[in-house]
Amino acid sequence: MILPALPVLFPLITIIFLLINFQRREWQPWIGLTGSLLQLILAVFILIRVRYEGILVLHTGNWQAPFGITLVVDAFSSIMILLAGIIAVSISIYSFEAIDRQRQSFFYFPMVHGLLMGVNGAFVTGDIFNLYVWFEVMLMASFVLITLGGEKKQLRGAIKYVTLNLVSSLFFLAGIGLLYGKTGTLNMADLALKLSVANNNILINSSAVLFFVAFSIKSAVFPFFFWLPASYHTPPVAITALFAGLLTKVGVYAMIRFYTLFFVQDKLFWHPLFLWIGGFTMVVGVLTAASQYDIRKILSFHIISQIGYMIMGLGIFTVAGIAGAIFYMAHNIIAKTNTFLVAGLINRATGSYDLKSIGGLYKVRPWLAILFIIPAFGLAGIPPLSGFFGKLILISAGFNAGEYVISFIALAVGLFTLFSMVKIWNEAFWKARPENSGPSEGENEKLPVSMVLPVVFLGLLTLTMGFAVRPILDFAMDASLQLLNPGPYIEAVLGSDYLSH
Amino acid sequence: METILAFLTGLLFAAGVYLLLRRSIVKLILGVMLLSHSINLLIFTAGGLHKGNPQFTDSVMEAGLTNPTDPLPQALILTAIVIGFGITAFFLALMYRFYQVTGTEDLDELKEGDTK
Repeated sequence: MILPALPVLFPLITIIFLLINFQRREWQPWIGLTGSLLQLILAVFILIRVRYEGILVLHTGNWQAPFGITLVVDAFSSIMILLAGIIAVSISIYSFEAIDRQRQSFFYFPMVHGLLMGVNGAFVTGDIFNLYVWFEVMLMASFVLITLGGEKKQLRGAIKYVTLNLVSSLFFLAGIGLLYGKTGTLNMADLALKLSVANNNILINSSAVLFFVAFSIKSAVFPFFFWLPASYHTPPVAITALFAGLLTKVGVYAMIRFYTLFFVQDKLFWHPLFLWIGGFTMVVGVLTAASQYDIRKILSFHIISQIGYMIMGLGIFTVAGIAGAIFYMAHNIIAKTNTFLVAGLINRATGSYDLKSIGGLYKVRPWLAILFIIPAFGLAGIPPLSGFFGKLILISAGFNAGEYVISFIALAVGLFTLFSMVKIWNEAFWKARPENSGPSEGENEKLPVSMVLPVVFLGLLTLTMGFAVRPILDFAMDASLQLLNPGPYIEAVLGSDYLSH
Repeated sequence: METILAFLTGLLFAAGVYLLLRRSIVKLILGVMLLSHSINLLIFTAGGLHKGNPQFTDSVMEAGLTNPTDPLPQALILTAIVIGFGITAFFLALMYRFYQVTGTEDLDELKEGDTK
């Protein structure tokens, strides 16, 4: 079955078409949009297939697992692929107007699809070295995107971003090397099988820690998050929104995959560690955000804070906890990207991201205020928006598992998130415009439809997730059950013949 | 042999970390390169070092030679080297552009933008 390979092939084919037509600049956004739309349709199709037929497996080159590279799509992967498709479409539409011509003609769209290829590849692969390769594909595209345009502040941010992400890749590679030395396999299902009978926790943990550091840097958890706020505010906001939605979540995805599938022997060491790290990530992220005045910086620090909730779900390690983490991730990818896109609209309307020099937007553009409030209050967790249910599931899972401290921290952090969102609301929309700021250029212009459309689309999704919690939660529960009972996953990949001897 | 390679890996890693901590961007890039080489050696060593027969060749299969060596770590390293090469090329171009724009290669110049 070729289906698991298609999420990788679709962006690749889009890139080929984009490169063939790279001199026709006016075609570029349309080709990019077509590619993303096809990818979204494919993602929905895969989701339905996985839902009704179970785990999809492709042995590339017909090399049987564990010898060849296996591509596997289970419920968790299919949810992530769908989210990547949604973000791809939103960013493709937004980029029509938001990315200037110069950047568009310097391979912006091929790089966006290169990034999507890496992200999708990381979601479908069932092989740890292949995962490393997809991480590198994703990183390379993100390196180019973050430096595209070559402004001074972009280059400043890029050096930090590139260095720390390279170091994280090296940790990842070292972990792979040591794990291969110990087990003689790279296939995730085979690793799960071999490590389930291993009895030397210290030996396994020494590689597990390397993976933990690598994924922690990628997903920007405490204390490895410093590259994120130093670089995410530098590129154009469409690129930041793409990064904010997908990149850190790939790290979280890998962490959840690794620590539910095969690093599960030493629960007493790992799960309290996850809870501590998650708690610190939430608190540090949200407190540092409170002192910022640039909208993009506030939102960047909130990315960190919200990663903490997902790590907390992993640390609780019950079906409800992991399901909560998956639901929260889905909510966060959509709402976070949306807040950045709205920040782009605010910048278009006022000419600035600095909260001190803008104001009075509610009077001029009440619709923009409503578009902002949906994702922002979604992030803060106001019912009936998606963030409320994400937090509810996680916190009730925490209480049920007896993890009271982390649950109270999560509740308190929600309050501070609300504080930051209300701060943006007050400063940008509510307060009168500062007198010393002159009239800006775009003040009375209409905002371009192509920039408003994705914001409306993602806002509607946030609302839908809030009103249709049950079916989405069922999905997340299924994914979580699959993650916590890896038996069917292992059998689907390796086949029953391999398991019987 | 493992012992020698283990020390060499450690030495390269230490040198790489030392260079990462310097203020010059050139040294930063050299540091990343050294780190990636030390990780390649680590994979090579972890994959097992012993004298053995090649795998998958007809003559070996016919002669029924046992004690094969594992070719996979070398394939992994080859992939890692290629990826590392591409990234180094990108990093060098980035450094050159940074130098053109700012006229310095001092990492302390990066501090702006972190605090405010």
